[in-house]
Amino acid sequence: MSTITLTVNGKARTIDTDAATPLLWILRETLGLTGTKYGCGIAQCGACTVILQGDAVRSCVTPVARAEGKRVTTIEGLSPDGRHPIQKAWLDEQVPQCGYCQSGQMMSTAVLLTAIPKPTDADIDDALAGNICRCGTYKRIRSAVHRAAALMQEGGR
Amino acid sequence: MKSTMTFWRLATVVIACALLDVSITAQTRTEASKPFEDIAAVLASPRCANCHISGDAPLQGEDGHPHAMRVRRGLDGRGTPAMRCSNCHQEASSLTPHAPPGAPDWRLPSAAAPMAWKGLTAGDQCRMLTDRTRNGNRTLVDLLDHVSHDRLVVASWTPGPGRRLPPLSHEAFVEQFKTWIERGAVCPE
Repeated sequence: MSTITLTVNGKARTIDTDAATPLLWILRETLGLTGTKYGCGIAQCGACTVILQGDAVRSCVTPVARAEGKRVTTIEGLSPDGRHPIQKAWLDEQVPQCGYCQSGQMMSTAVLLTAIPKPTDADIDDALAGNICRCGTYKRIRSAVHRAAALMQEGGR
Repeated sequence: MKSTMTFWRLATVVIACALLDVSITAQTRTEASKPFEDIAAVLASPRCANCHISGDAPLQGEDGHPHAMRVRRGLDGRGTPAMRCSNCHQEASSLTPHAPPGAPDWRLPSAAAPMAWKGLTAGDQCRMLTDRTRNGNRTLVDLLDHVSHDRLVVASWTPGPGRRLPPLSHEAFVEQFKTWIERGAVCPE
């Protein structure tokens, strides 16, 4: 057992666990943050994407030890009230169908828009190619990313 | 005793590197280049060739197919925003079948010196490897250090379940590399 200290959505957390435990297990089972989804378990689908120190990591294969002393942001931490420009854009564009992959899609989008505030279609395709949507909502996702980028430019968030 | 032997072995390598132009005397070129045949087989294995690529798109799998998820080199060889190599590749290979292999600082070779081995003969691999205009200006000592100690290279021998190991053990590979240098770093025809 190891004691891991990390910051999740702005809150300091200390957890006693096996250091190899996937970060996803800690988020969902230990901290109750179930917005991040378990998809494939082998970093092939992107449903479990969270932001670790600025990177869109696949939490299903990320040992929690990697998060020691670092900042983790999940979909619950994107905004306190669910009104982050990315979330608003997702609603405006009516993106989700089943919705299972969408938290991962939005977390990858958050990282993309931090690096490239006004992405092209190609930038979006490159950034989100690791986030699979079985409902095939890719066209709406792309529109929502453009809309979120515009909202963030307007609102400066 | 062992450290003394190691010292003289390394000293021999360094002297061989320095005297490369005049080092081929007693042995024929064929004998001298022979160790590189084994080295070439390792370089051509998917564990090396999947990332030593021409272009910007890495390969994966035993058959070297294009990496899924539209993975690209990016500006620093570590992926594009939101698709960094380390988003999936951890510091060690996963023990779960089909999960990503891992190593510290997973990355592609530099775009300026990718040393893409695929499709090259052993001789062409060797000439590329030893050409400092194409190998990132590395000396033979630098190359020996890379194959001996770079943690990403060493991780090729612990790729996770379902992936073939290179055809030599890492220890044997490094020994052949040293022997090849000692014999003058002669390239096969």
